[in-house]
Amino acid sequence: MSDATFLEYVVFFSAAIMILGGAVGVIALKNPVHAALGLVLTLFGVAVQFVAMEAHFLAAVQVIVYAGAIVVLFLFVIMLLGVDESIDLSIEPIPIQRPLAAVMAVGLVGLLGAAIVRAEDALVINPGSGIDTAQETGNNDANIQQLAANLYGDHVFAFQLTSVLLIVAVVGTVLLTRKWPRNTPDSESSDA
Amino acid sequence: MIAAIGATSYLLLAAALFAIGAFGLLIRRNPLIMFMCVELMLNAANLTFVALATQLGDINGQTAVFFVMVVAAAEVVVGLGILVSILRRRPGATADDLAELKG
Repeated sequence: MSDATFLEYVVFFSAAIMILGGAVGVIALKNPVHAALGLVLTLFGVAVQFVAMEAHFLAAVQVIVYAGAIVVLFLFVIMLLGVDESIDLSIEPIPIQRPLAAVMAVGLVGLLGAAIVRAEDALVINPGSGIDTAQETGNNDANIQQLAANLYGDHVFAFQLTSVLLIVAVVGTVLLTRKWPRNTPDSESSDA
Repeated sequence: MIAAIGATSYLLLAAALFAIGAFGLLIRRNPLIMFMCVELMLNAANLTFVALATQLGDINGQTAVFFVMVVAAAEVVVGLGILVSILRRRPGATADDLAELKG
């Protein structure tokens, strides 16, 4: 950690502030549209961290799939349903829920943090064969080529299964949201 | 030499992000916001995967992130589909209003 340059620390802490600030925005802002924009901030921060860790392809996919597709889907549903108005956050249906949730969150950070700090000097049992970087190999596509070789080599069956998953998800969503024609007169009450 | 900032910093950041997501999932009542909190937690997991892949020099971690993203996209599509069909029938429903299975 001592060989990190000043600029690397600046990038890390700027992106960390983006990530945590956006995350707090998601859970604290009243308007769902603002919460979605906070989510965009967090996702961009994670993309910056990916670039800092030389995972260039994942950073690009993070921006395109998450910040592009998923957040736009969220915004689309918010606009479609017309729920883009402020929510009263002071309503608390279960009185002790928020203090308990806060205790859980602090405890989670404490436990995970303790485990991470304890494991900092842990022995690496089975290290990988190394990650190619553009700097070391002189090849600008080193990351995406290594990732492709791994994905289409070792994990090609799982990759094909994801296509099945996406097809099932799309067909299922179309079936779920489609308005079926009703024949029975009391369809309004029997429809779930 | 890549990633001079050690994996510990990234892991602590991911832990904080995961805890914020879990906290939001527990306290917010709007189902849309709850989905966003699930996305936060998934991103914390992704950050952990990439940090450890970099530290251990193992590309499999980055491949796992790729699969997590695909599953997250499928999850959001199905979840928002369910949400649209619920909210079309019961506008303004919160998570507390959906306590029973009958519509």
